[in-house]
Amino acid sequence: MELEIHVIHYLILSTVMMFCGIYGFFTRKNLLALLISAELMLNATNINFAVFNRYLFPGHLEGHFFSLFGIAIAAAETAVAIAIIINVYRSFNKILTDDISEMKG
Amino acid sequence: MEFTILILVLPAICFPLLALFGMKMPHRVAGTIGTVAIGAVTILSYITALNYFGAGRTAEGIFPTLTPWNIRWLPFTETLHIDMGIMLDPISVMMLVVITTVSLMVHIYSFGYMKGEKGFQRYYAFLSLFTFSMLGLVVATNIFQMYIFWELVGVSSYLLIGFYYTKPEAIAASKKAFIVTRFADLGFLIGILLYGYYMQTFTFTPAADQLMKAGMILPWALGLMFVGGAGKSAMFPLHIWLPDAMEGPTPVSALIHAATMVVAGVYLVARMFPLFIGFAPETLHVVAYVGAFTAFYAATVACVQSDIKRVLAFSTISQIGFMMVALGVCTSMDPHEGGLGYMAGMFHLFTHAMFKALLFLGAGCIIHAVHSNEMSTMGGLRKYMPVTHITFLIACLAIAGIWPLSGFFSKDEILAACFAFSPVMGWIMTAIAGMTAFYMFRLYYCIFWGKENTELHKEHVPHESPLTMTVPLMILAAITIVAGWILPFGHFVSSDGKAYDIHIDTGVAAISLVVALFAIGLATYMYARSSQPLADSLARRFSGLHKAAYRRFYLDEIWLFVTKKIIFNCISTPIAWFDRHVIDNFMNMLAAGTQACGTLIRPVQTGKIQTYTIWFFAGIIILTVILLLAL
Repeated sequence: MELEIHVIHYLILSTVMMFCGIYGFFTRKNLLALLISAELMLNATNINFAVFNRYLFPGHLEGHFFSLFGIAIAAAETAVAIAIIINVYRSFNKILTDDISEMKG
Repeated sequence: MEFTILILVLPAICFPLLALFGMKMPHRVAGTIGTVAIGAVTILSYITALNYFGAGRTAEGIFPTLTPWNIRWLPFTETLHIDMGIMLDPISVMMLVVITTVSLMVHIYSFGYMKGEKGFQRYYAFLSLFTFSMLGLVVATNIFQMYIFWELVGVSSYLLIGFYYTKPEAIAASKKAFIVTRFADLGFLIGILLYGYYMQTFTFTPAADQLMKAGMILPWALGLMFVGGAGKSAMFPLHIWLPDAMEGPTPVSALIHAATMVVAGVYLVARMFPLFIGFAPETLHVVAYVGAFTAFYAATVACVQSDIKRVLAFSTISQIGFMMVALGVCTSMDPHEGGLGYMAGMFHLFTHAMFKALLFLGAGCIIHAVHSNEMSTMGGLRKYMPVTHITFLIACLAIAGIWPLSGFFSKDEILAACFAFSPVMGWIMTAIAGMTAFYMFRLYYCIFWGKENTELHKEHVPHESPLTMTVPLMILAAITIVAGWILPFGHFVSSDGKAYDIHIDTGVAAISLVVALFAIGLATYMYARSSQPLADSLARRFSGLHKAAYRRFYLDEIWLFVTKKIIFNCISTPIAWFDRHVIDNFMNMLAAGTQACGTLIRPVQTGKIQTYTIWFFAGIIILTVILLLAL
């Protein structure tokens, strides 16, 4: 049995990650969990970028660079989101989305 | 002549300076700034006049029309555009001299008159604003610029009449003046729009093909412009604001409501004179009839008023009527062929500005001395106020038309022009000139001779005014004495622009002199003594007429009836009902509908990020499915 890794395997992995992220984003109420879910989704796309570049356009670097950009953006986003979450916690003493409804019309 | 822009710029700077920072300045500084600025403008105007008239005539023997500044401000089409600029021609240069001279005199005079008054700086700021607007009006290069400055003049007049804004009468008077003149300006605006729409130009001298396009509209446009002029110049029946405008400070009355602003209507007719003569002579004659009736009406009312400023106000209305008549009786552009009235009207404008300003400033001195406008508080003041007395007498003689004072010459030219138009008009105007002499000397005797109000004068001894007030009187009196025979006015201003030698028509002059002397004699007989048996018995005999004239023939009441009863009840009330019930309800319905829609769709906005992302994700799936199916 050949144990060669094809593009399809990578894609299965990234799809699973993506839908885990989406599922988590929909169902969890904790802001930190939401953040983690968002990271999962971002990384799923990063994998896709790298994989497609590797298999479809070998010798080019654009996809890799895009993954690097994605990682950088994810880092920045995490920093900002954490800051917001900390401030939300400071002012409301809770980080569950259902409880934060001050601005609800 | 580029420096002429300074004539407008200096007061234009002076107004915001005094208005914004005046309150922080001491009175003396603010007044000095205003006066120095006007002094500089006066000198510049004199230089302009010397240069302009000194530069000589063109080959055709007329003074050229110069436009040292012109900025195309609002272009509509190739020919239709609103410009801002300065135009110099004989009448605008003449007006520059008149306005700046009177304005300077009033500025100096106000130092004494307004001394210690609250809002002294504000007063000088408004004076600057007024001077700026009036100068802009006379140098306007086109009818629209004239209209803009015309309205500015109206605003500054409103501000100055309402200067004592704590006095209810002053507020009412300022509102009345603004509303009445604004109402008349509606006619002016419609006239300008007709003029611009049909001729495709706003200039004073349209080309021949543009005039062809206007055709029958031009007389109507000019007539509507005259309605605006009649409002500003207080022609019957739009005169009602001027007597009330006397609530303002007296120097303001001298500047605005006697010498400069109220002659703007005359200036407007003179400005459009070539068009009137060429294309609307009938309209011009309507101007003459309106002027003649106004002159007569105002003269009758002036004979019975007891407030000295009211007498002067009605005398102003009457004299402006004279100027309008002079312009209106013209039948040709040639001064030898029936165009004499143009020169006569402008000449009378010039001389009247001087002696009427003198009369008002004199009245200001008297009011300053006895603290009242009523004749009953005066009498016998000649002992206390010699300078005021002499200068006031000079002005009275001038307005009555006694040789060799300036009023004689200008009034003689007007009467000659009237006789040339039709003998009836000539005799009517001569009679009104006689009435002028009568009521002016009634005023003079009641103030300076007659029965002295000794009780009041013992309590508070009347005194001569300070030098700042008497020097302007003397200067104006000097001008009044010499202007008639020194100034070859016809050489500067005439209907066709060529030099015209003023020659006294001895017949007309003799008649008018005799009439004036008779009227003065009558006034002397009736009012010079301490008791006035004849005047009293006449007032008793014709008590109805006397009362009607005293109440100004109920013109104010008629206007009030028209506005309050007819316009308010028949037009304004239904419109107000329509506004409150139909328009407001429609708007309320719109608002209620929007609110209902909002309430309906509000639950969609849960405020939870998860809901939104679910919708977002659902949308993506749907889009993907559609795309896949389509492929």
